[in-house]
Order: sequence, then C-alpha cells, then structure tokens
Amino acid sequence: MFDFPRWRVWMLNTLIILGVLFAIPSVLPTHIRAQLAQFVPTPTINLGLDLAGGSHILLEADTSQLAETRLEALEDSVRTAMRRADPRIAISDVSRANGQLSFTVDSPAQVDAAREALLPLTSNATGSRDWNIGVNDGNRMILTPAGAGDETALDQAMDTAKDVIDRRINALGTLEPTIIRQGENRIVVQVPGLDDPEALKALIGKTAKLEFKLVDEQADPDQTAQGKARVGSQVLPYPDNPSGLPYIAVRRLGGISGDKLVKADPTFDSQTNEPAVTIQFDSEGGQKFARMTQQNVNKLFAIVLDGQVISAPQIREPIFGGVSQISGSFTTESANALSISLRSGALPVDLKIVEERSVGPDLGADSIRRGILAAVIGTTAILVLMFLVYGRFGMYANVALIINVAMILGVMAFANATLTLPGIAGFVLTIGAAVDANVLINERIREELKRGRRVVQAIEFGYKEASRAIFDANSTNVIAAVLLFIFGSGPIRGFAVVLMIGIVTSVFTAVTITRMWVSRWVKRTRPNDLTI
Amino acid sequence: MKLLKLVPDDTNIDFLKWRTWAFGISLLLMIASVGLVATKGLNFGVDFIGGQMIRATFTQSASAPVSELRETVAQLGYGDPTIQRFGAENQVSIRMKLPEGADKNPELANAMATKITNTLKAGHPDVRIDGVDSVSGKVSEELFSKGILALLAAMAGVSIYIWFRFEWQFGVGAIWSLVHDVTLTFGLFALTGWEFDLNIIAALLTIIGYSLNDTVVVYDRIRENLMKFRKMEMASLLNLSVNETLSRTVMTSVSISLPLIVLVLFGPDVIFGFSAAMAFGIVVGTYSSIYQAAPILIWLKVGSHSFVPSDEAGSKAERISEGFES
Repeated sequence: MFDFPRWRVWMLNTLIILGVLFAIPSVLPTHIRAQLAQFVPTPTINLGLDLAGGSHILLEADTSQLAETRLEALEDSVRTAMRRADPRIAISDVSRANGQLSFTVDSPAQVDAAREALLPLTSNATGSRDWNIGVNDGNRMILTPAGAGDETALDQAMDTAKDVIDRRINALGTLEPTIIRQGENRIVVQVPGLDDPEALKALIGKTAKLEFKLVDEQADPDQTAQGKARVGSQVLPYPDNPSGLPYIAVRRLGGISGDKLVKADPTFDSQTNEPAVTIQFDSEGGQKFARMTQQNVNKLFAIVLDGQVISAPQIREPIFGGVSQISGSFTTESANALSISLRSGALPVDLKIVEERSVGPDLGADSIRRGILAAVIGTTAILVLMFLVYGRFGMYANVALIINVAMILGVMAFANATLTLPGIAGFVLTIGAAVDANVLINERIREELKRGRRVVQAIEFGYKEASRAIFDANSTNVIAAVLLFIFGSGPIRGFAVVLMIGIVTSVFTAVTITRMWVSRWVKRTRPNDLTI
Repeated sequence: MKLLKLVPDDTNIDFLKWRTWAFGISLLLMIASVGLVATKGLNFGVDFIGGQMIRATFTQSASAPVSELRETVAQLGYGDPTIQRFGAENQVSIRMKLPEGADKNPELANAMATKITNTLKAGHPDVRIDGVDSVSGKVSEELFSKGILALLAAMAGVSIYIWFRFEWQFGVGAIWSLVHDVTLTFGLFALTGWEFDLNIIAALLTIIGYSLNDTVVVYDRIRENLMKFRKMEMASLLNLSVNETLSRTVMTSVSISLPLIVLVLFGPDVIFGFSAAMAFGIVVGTYSSIYQAAPILIWLKVGSHSFVPSDEAGSKAERISEGFES
C-alpha cells in the first residue's frame, strides 16, 4: 500500500499533467485560445447546442421513394437495352407494380435473348446481384430486387446525400456544420451558432432534381386539368403556367436530366431583367442537350425541378455548348439558393425534416454563465466542507477532486467530445462518486483508528476496506453507463459518455492519486497520531 | 486542529425499528404516485409527444402576458396552445401540436413556427425567441421508447451485477429501491406539472446512479458484518451497518446536495426541473437505501447463512477489490 516506486510516481504525475494540459484550452477565453492555437494544437470540448445555441436538424430519407426511383432507372435501362439488342427485342405491358418490374417479351422465342441482355443490368460493379430475373407464363419477365440490393442502394444514396448537404452548407460560408449519418436512413445536421435556420432548411430540404422534358403539345387541356395524360405522357404541376391552368402534360421519355452540370450561377434574364439561373452541362450532358434541342426546334420543353415545372419555353434554335438559362418567377435569393443546390448536385433521395431544434445564443450563454456560477459555488462548498471534516486528508481529497474535474475536461477535449446539459448531470454524478470515494476512505480510517489500530495500519485498512465498496459502486455505474450508451438516444448518450470518462478519472484521482500523496506523507513523517 | 464531525461518534439510532411504518408509507406514496401519473398524467414535452415548442423571453416586461398570448396564438387557427411560464416570470414556452400532414410535409410545421414568432414579434417588440423545437410524431415515439428502454436496461443491469456480487436478495433489494426512487420522482413530476422531457430522463439516471451508490455502500457493510458477526440477529446487524456508515452517508449526501441546491436556486432556468429532480432524488435515494434496500433483506430471509465461508461471492469480492486497489 505504501510502496510507490519512483517510476510509478512519475507515471501518475505524467498522467495528471497530461490530463490538466488537455483541459486548459477549453477553459481559456476564445481570443486567447485562438492566439495559442497558432503555436500548439488546442483540442477543445464542443459545447452542445443546448448550451451554446444553434440548430439541430434531423432528416429522414423516404425509402419507398428510393425503391421507386431505382425501379424507374431500371425501366429506362431495360427499354434501352431491348431497343439496342440485335435483333431488337419488342416488349409490351411494362409494369412497375409491387416493387417489381415486369414486362412481356412479344415473341417467346426472344426470351433467352432478353435474359441475356438483362444480365449486365441486374448485377452491380462488385459482381453481386441487384435484381433477380424470373419468367412467368413463358414470356413474362419479372425483375425483383435481390436481397441486399435496396439496402446497398440506400446506403450509397445516404452517403451521397450527406456529401451533397455538406457541399450546400459550405456554400453558405462561415458555418461549421457537423453532418453525420444516423441509423440507416437518417442524417443529423448540427450548426452551432445559427439560431434562425430558415435559409439552411430551404437549402437542404430541396432535392434539386432538374429535368428537361418535352411538352406534350397534343394533350387535351380538359384531360390535363383532370390529371389525366395520354399514354407516354404525364401531368406535372406548373404553378406559373401562363395559360392559367396549374398543370401541364409532358412526355415521359426523350428528356434529359440535369444532374450533369459543371456550373450553375444566379444571373439576370437579359430580356426581362428578372433573376434567373444559368447552367452549364458537362460535355456529355451538353451533347445530349444539343441533340434534344436540335431534334425539337420550335417545340416547347419543360424545365422540371423536383417534379414541378418552373417554366416551359420554346426551343427557338438548337443550343450547342451546353449553356442554358432557367427563368421562372425567381427572387434574387431563390435564384441564389437554386444555383447552390444545382451546383452541389441533386439529392439522390427526398429528405424530410423529422426533428428540428434551435436554441438562441442568448439563452445558451445565459445557461452557461449561470451553470458555471452554480458549479463554482457548489464545488467551493464541497471543498470547504471536506477540509473542515477531514483536515489534511480532506485537502488531499480536494486537490484530487480539482484534478479530477480537470482530467474529465481534458479527456473530453482530447476525444473531441461534446458537453450537453445531460452531460452536466453525468458530471455531477461523477463528482459525487469521487467525493464519496474519499469520504468512504476517510470514514473508514476514522473507524479503524477508533478500533485502536495504529495510524499506519489504520490508513492501510481504510484504503483496503473502502476499496471494495468503491469498486462495487463504480462498477454498477460503468454497467449503467454502457447500457445507456447502447440503448439510449442522443442526449442520454451524452450523459453516458461523461459518466464513463468520469468514473475512470474519479477512481484514478480519488483512490490512486490520494493514496500516493498519503503514503509519501506517511513515509516522510512517520505519524504516531492522526487527526481525521 | 479540531475537526468537524457531522455525526457524533458512537451514534446508535434504531433505524430499523420504524421499518414497517416506513415501508407502508413508501408503498402508499408509490401507489399515490402511480395514481397521480395515471389520472393527472405527466406534462410531457415535445420530445415525447411530438409537436412544436417555442421558447420566448419578454425582455422588457416583468411578466409574460400568458392569457393574451393564449388568445392571439389560438386565433391563428392551429388549435389551442399550451403556454407555460418557466424559470423567470417573463419567459414562456408555447407548445403546439404539429399541423395536419406535417409528417409528410415539414414546411407546414415551418410555416406555423414562422407565423407564431411573427405574431409574437408584432405584438411585443421586446420579445426574444430563445428556441424552436419541432419533433415529429415518429421521432418522439422513438425518443420515448428508447428513453424508457435505457432506463429499464440500466436498472436491470445493475441489479444483476449486485445479485452476482452479493446474493440474489440484495439484487432484489437494489432493484426495489430503484423502482421506489423512480416511481416517487415520476409522482413529483405528475404532482407539480413540471415539464417531463429527455433531460429529466438524464436526471432520473443520475438519481438511479446515486441511489445505487448509496445502496452498495450499505450493502457492502452488511456483507462485511454478516461475515464478522455470525450470531447477531438480523435487525440489529442492519442497524449496526447503517449506523456505522451513517457518518459517510450524511457527509456524502450533504456534499452532493450542496451543488444541487445551488443549481436549483441560482442555476439556469432551463434546467430548473432537471436540478430539482436530482435534488429530490438524492433525498429519496438516501432514504431508500436505509429504509427500503436494507429491511427487504430481513423479509427475504438473509441471515448468517448467506455468506458462509464456502461462498464464492465474498471471497471473490475480496480478491477483485484487492487487485483493483493495489
């Protein structure tokens, strides 16, 4: 118990110093920290949004819509593959019902050829199968999603969505967002210091899927008004339609998608002087766009954004070079937002906001100030009481307690952890555990002295006997913390993390460190009596 | 130097004398708590029932015009708001159900928040919007079930640990006193109508952690005395253990209560419910270790046979704690 070899003393002291050093940047005022950061790394604790103010947005992807999009893409590639097959394979009755794609191969003799043509479409780059091919009634082909196909697609889509959101928020400038995926279909966006997230939401809530489609000029306006379209056409909402009807019919096929853009900038229409957005396709998209405009001179084409028609201008002449202008009823802001969204690419899935929290900076700052004040008063009261009750040993406990607080902060800063309100609760609990450990030890020493043991022996027994209860109490807290981390959601996890860190540092400082001091004191003075 | 003693030496209070009374009163309080929660219900925050909460401070007014706000917000056509003061007199929280269809179309929720804040600002130029929380029904259900699950898992996990380290009766005693503490805290929230949100779950967890700590200390001493005094009658042995640890119990409870009392009195208003819950829990947790966790051992027939030398638990405990201590 009293045996502390020099290397151990060194090791313990190094740990203390490291812990305290890491804690320092977090307690320095911001401007001093900024100056310090030029010379040494300054890991700091992040303050949670509930303390620092800011916005938290939880987005959820619509998984059913993703499956539908995949099916649509599959239909497109199947039609192309069948058309390009040599000899061409005629198909009919294409249906996308029940999450599967089915179609009839007109000539039963071509079923094998069709299967052959489908093979490359149904497996992905890694060679695993995305779709299963089945045949019914001799010539009805059915493609069903294979095992992991939808999950892989969702996973990829979520990764892409995260990158897209990152690019969009970065385009806003100075914010320092945290964007993380949560679960299989959610993304958390946290932006400290932003208490009015309207602009942000406008930006990340938009899918920004841009398409150019040919207007179905043969459509019967009465049918369109009822939402009915001819075969091969579909009706889309068109709020700014000059004809007054808020719908328009467009051809399903023969359009191009606008996801191959290299540039998108807000501008002003040279004729009307209204805000507009210019876009520039990459070379492949540019060629497609040129071909489409070339083949359809004098026809109307619809510019579709997120399933809604923005405008439907006439193609006066073929557009080469891949530069086009989108005009509609934009404001300067919405033109700007749209160009940011288009530049960062479309979201591969629709994202809905399912949870949103914003905390004003004043409230956060007020919480921190009063929280710190309360913590300082409370801790001082503990320190005074410990000293009054246990004297010298109380002082040991007090210094250990202060080191403990510093070490918790240090470890949190090192791990770049976030301190939230529930985290403070965890803090209180670990401080309590640390105080309790010393109380247990010191009370036990008192008891052993009372039973007539000599000072050195009483101290030895005090530490030994108290350790059992300290061990059990802290083990239960570790178990609780681990379970909370596994089963809890965000805020509860914040509590669990602080608790786990705090238990380790509490036991370390309250038991190991004080024992080192006590044993050095015992060796130095060889006390014959002890006031405790 | 003369040191302060919070509990005089050789204190010997017959705590266990009142065990039947204490148990009966606790049981009544628990039933009352369950009854209150069942009839009056808990004032759930948007975390757990979904909806929208706007927090606002009227910086230039001494007190927030609650009834006027209730009328103006109700006139916006989104249904009746729940308006409460929290913390200072001039701070309010306005809670609304999310508008129909907001699950599909988040912009509806947005529009509602904007409309309400604009109305507030128009009527009261001094208003400061401190925060807006919007939680969809789906997320709130998840938060609720996950919170409860975490609470139950933590309680079950620690009880199993106690069972392994002591005896099964101790595990039962531990979980009983935890149920006791949590139930009474729920009762407090039903009675006062304080808002019950995710932070309160964190407070409950702290209470569980503290109460358990306390129970473990008493149990550890009971285990030690059971092995030391094999002939002693159980009630006296429990009394001895509680008295021996009394000075520690008082010292620790006072130490922990100090910062909590300060937090309740001077801490940020947002966490008033949170600090108050913890302060309440410390009192209840200390009480339950003495009057629930200990006497239950008598009723579950723990005695000198419980830690006979052949037993694994005690000696294992020694070994582990020795390894841990050196």
